This record gives sequence, structure tokens and C-alpha cells, in this order.
Amino acid sequence: MIGAKHPPKNAMEYLMDSKETEKSNAVKTNLSVKDLNVYIQDKHILKNITLAIPEKSITCIIGPSGCGKTTLLRSFNRLHDDAADVRVTGNVVIDGEDIYGKGVEVTHIRKKMGLLAQRPTVLPMSIFENVAYGPRIYGVKKRRQLYEIVKNQLVSVGLWNEVNDRLKTPAIRLSIGQQQRLCLARGLAVEPEIILGDEATSALDPISTAKIEELFLQLKEKYGIVLVTHTLRQAKRIADYIAFMYLGELIEFGTADAILNHPQKQLTKDYLSGSFS
Amino acid sequence: MLKIRLLKDKIARRYMLGITVFCLLLLFIIGAGLLAKSIPVLQEKTLWELIGTSSWKPFKGEFGFLTFILSTIYVTAIAILIALPLSLLASIYLSEYASDRIKRFFSPVIDLLAGIPPVIYGVWGTLTIVPLIADKIAPLFVDFSTGYSMLAGGLVLAIMIVPIIISVLTEIFNAIPKDIREASWSLGATKWETVKKVVLRRSLPGIIAATVLAVSRAFGETMAVLMVCGNFTDLPKSIFDACYPLPALIANNYGEMMSLPSYESALMFSALLLFVIIVLFNAGSRLILDQINLKYHL
Ligand SMILES: Nc1ncnc2c1ncn2[C@@H]1O[C@H](COP(=O)(O)OP(=O)(O)O)[C@@H](O)[C@H]1O
Ligand SMILES: [Mg+2]
Repeated sequence: MIGAKHPPKNAMEYLMDSKETEKSNAVKTNLSVKDLNVYIQDKHILKNITLAIPEKSITCIIGPSGCGKTTLLRSFNRLHDDAADVRVTGNVVIDGEDIYGKGVEVTHIRKKMGLLAQRPTVLPMSIFENVAYGPRIYGVKKRRQLYEIVKNQLVSVGLWNEVNDRLKTPAIRLSIGQQQRLCLARGLAVEPEIILGDEATSALDPISTAKIEELFLQLKEKYGIVLVTHTLRQAKRIADYIAFMYLGELIEFGTADAILNHPQKQLTKDYLSGSFS
Repeated sequence: MLKIRLLKDKIARRYMLGITVFCLLLLFIIGAGLLAKSIPVLQEKTLWELIGTSSWKPFKGEFGFLTFILSTIYVTAIAILIALPLSLLASIYLSEYASDRIKRFFSPVIDLLAGIPPVIYGVWGTLTIVPLIADKIAPLFVDFSTGYSMLAGGLVLAIMIVPIIISVLTEIFNAIPKDIREASWSLGATKWETVKKVVLRRSLPGIIAATVLAVSRAFGETMAVLMVCGNFTDLPKSIFDACYPLPALIANNYGEMMSLPSYESALMFSALLLFVIIVLFNAGSRLILDQINLKYHL
């Protein structure tokens, strides 16, 4: 909260930058990255990434495997904090607050972002408790209120009708596709602003994948969504904006139409035409 | 070719089955052997006289094992009560909070400690723990204590099993996938909340198994307790009194018992007792573990 009231100078400057882009492109953004560099074991993994994620739309990050998509996504959430051999420089600004600024509390940053991992990561507890996990941490105690939250979120991911008669059973007993939707509901229950997904459908069957994609399309009415996509086809299906990365650099960013149909850079053209992957 | 490979498979299977069955048989052989040797004393006395009274006068034919049984249980209980919380906190620190450098330094140290023979803990206990209790701790609570006491036994045992429990628990915590912690963190949970609600919960069966291992170890431990417990056959009244655990009784008297047949039989009965306690304890904890697995599907 301190950071929010007194954003560091560079964050403030950047906000003004992004306001300018806002005017020119009429795109609002609540997550922006400026000059982000990540070093892992002294290897330069992300190089000078500057990017503004538009709100209320789906941004897909594409690029060959190993180009740094996961690393970028994790730096939005400060999940690199724990690793001693990872060094991050630059700014990631959310709601005007530089999350790498001094005195910024990491839990409050993470609450603003829901994360969907590659494989569903249900917590070792019941279906109900999985969704109630976040709200409980933030102090919701009343059974009635928790139930409402859990119900609403399960409804919003289309899981309510499938599980409402067995909320107390261990979440691990759900199918993989259901588990992933449960994880989404669990993330939504802490009322985030942005949803992050790292190849969130790569472990799922086509039907579950379609369900999750459909959910993303609904959820973008309310949230900013950033997805690392493992297939170009998925990006074509759901992206509003696309960021193409290569060897740790952001090569090109633009609307899905611009990137897919009129790429400016040769690398992007080659990647899209399948010359490499 | 195929025939030979199938044959090898069959032989290997038989062989492994044989070894497994042998292990099970061993349990019964030991139990039966001890029981056979205890029969004389069991015929002379009722079971209640043996395990329900505490008068120990072998040369008058009085064999009350209560002191030994209670000593064993108390000393073990003290050891576990001290060791378990400490080891839990230490292993949580090592697996969840410590930097890689600290981990790399500590894990061999802990393995080393776990490998030190009990007799060394015993000697060290007589040199440090016993005087500490006699001079510093006991005077705060009772008029007099030699220091050779139930508390000394419990402390030395605790120190001995702490590294074993830490080593097993860190192993268990490290086996939990990082994703699950990250899932909790990304919901805004702190590390401690994640430990409490996710890590400990998920590893509950492992923690119980580790405790069982430690208790079994403490029950049967002989050398260390023999050296610091005082080996006095009266019922202990406080933790500063001397006590006499079963393993110490057996080890102390095994050589000299040959002269009296009923004495020999009584000692064999004490070995049987120890054996039964450990088997029952393990079986009981097995049941608890199954219940937990059933309930949580961990
Ligand atoms: N913990 C790590 N230690 C060493 N190198 C890593 C680590 N994590 C990622 N990398 C390296 O960073 C680069 C980018 O990885 P990643 O972000 O996972 O790529 P992507 O998700 O695009 O496939 C890769 O070259 C990978 O080898
Ligand atoms: Mg990846």
C-alpha cells in the first residue's frame, strides 16, 4: 500500500508514458513492463522487455520453447523471489505501483493476479476448501459468506452443476479438466485484476481445452488475461493481442490481426510460416 | 530367447517372494522364541503380577515389571515431546526458508549426527546432561537429584533422535511439488500460511510415519538410556528420579542371570514385552495412517 500512495519516480514516469499510449491507441492498461531484464545464473534470459498489457482483453505470448515466456509470466507475479540465482531489474507496474519497488509487499501483489499453471495444481483439500482458500486467508470467516463466494466462482467456471453434490470430496478426485477449472475458480475467488496462464491447456483434452478457452473469452469482459500459448492455433482462436518473443527479446507486439496478418519483422513472418518453432 | 527371459522373470519373482516371506516369518520366529522362553515365569505368575506390580526382587522370586514398563514409556514420551516440535520447526526451516547454501551445509551435518552411535550420545549425556540436571535444573524443583534420571534419559534420547527425524522430514517436505506451494503463494498466501495449510497437511502421513520411526527407535534404545537413567528399580515419582527402561534391564542383567532359571525366564519375558509393545505400536500407527489416507486422499 505504501508503494501505491508514493509510487517510485520511474513508475510514475512510466505511468505517464502509458497514458500517452492510451490516448493514441485508446487502449487502457493496468499492467505494464518497462526495461525488464532477468538473469538466471548470470545468463541473460529476458532482455529489455517493454510491454503494456491491455486490460479487458486477451494477450497471448507466443514464441519458440525456451525463449523466456514462462520466465516473463513469473516475473509479473514475483515468483522469482524465492530463487537465489535469479536477478530481476526494471519495472513491472500494476495499478501505478512498481511491484519490484522498495517496501512493496509481495502477497498484496500476488493477490491481484490469478495464476494458472501448466498442470492443474489443486491444493490437498476438498473442492470447497480449494476455492475458499484465498478468501479465508483474507479474513472471510462466516460459513454463509464463504459458501456464496465458492458457489459464485464455481458457477462462473461452469463447475457448479458438476460438483455441487460433492463439495466436501478431495479436489484431487476431479478429472484433470475439472481440476484446471477449479484452479481458475480458486484464483477468481481472491478477486484478481489479471489472470495469468502458462500453457494452461496443454495438459487437457480438446473438450476441456475448449471449455477453458470459452471461459477466457467470457472472463475478458472483467479481467486482463495474459496467456502463454503453446500452439499458434490457440492464439489465433482467442487472442486480441499477441506478443512474439524470441531468445529473450520481445520481437513484436500488436493486435492479433496485425501480428498474424501483417507482421512487420522478418523473424515473426518466419515463425508464423512455420520455418522454425 | 524369450523362454529364458520369462524363466529369469519367474525365478526372480519366486526369489523375492521368498525373501519377503522370510522377513515375515522372522517376526514370528522371534516372537515365538521369546514366548517359549518366557513360559516358566508365565506359569508361575499371573500376567497382572508381572506387568501390574513394581516389586522387583529376583532372588525372592518377585518379578514386577511395572517400573520398567513405565520407565520405557515415560522416557520415550519425554524424548518425543521434546524432539518432535524441534525437528518439525528445523525441517520446515530447512525445506521452506533456508537458502541453498544453508541447505547444502546442513544436510550432511544432520546426516552425520544421525549416524553417530548411541554409546557416544550416552557418554556425552553422562558428562554434560547429568551434571546439568543435578546442579542446575533439579534444584529448582526438588530437594535432591543425582542427575541420573528419567529427564536425563529423555533429553539424551531426544537429542539422539532429532537428527533422524529432521532428516526424514526434510526428505518428505522436499518431495512435495513446488507447483503446489506456488499455487498457494500466487493466491497471496505467505510462506507460513502455505506451510501450515498446504505443506503440513499434505505431508501429514509422512510426519506420522517419521514419528513412528522415531518412537520405535527410542523405545528400543539401550546404550544411551542405560548410561544416564540411573537404573533404579523403584517406581519413579518425578522426572528427576532414576528410572529403569526395559532395554537397560535386559542389557544389564543378561550375563549374570544364568544361575536362576526363573530369573532368566523373567528377563526373556521383558524382551517379549518390549517386542510386543513395538509391534502393537507399529500396527496401531499403521491403522491411523490408513485412516488419514482414506480421509484426505493425499
Ligand atoms: N531455473 C532455471 N535455471 C536455469 N535456467 C533456466 C531456469 N529457468 C529457465 N531457464 C532458462 O531460461 C530460458 C527461458 O526459459 P522459459 O522461460 O521456461 O522458456 P519458455 O517458457 O518460453 O519455454 C531457457 O533457456 C531456460 O533454459
Ligand atoms: Mg514455458
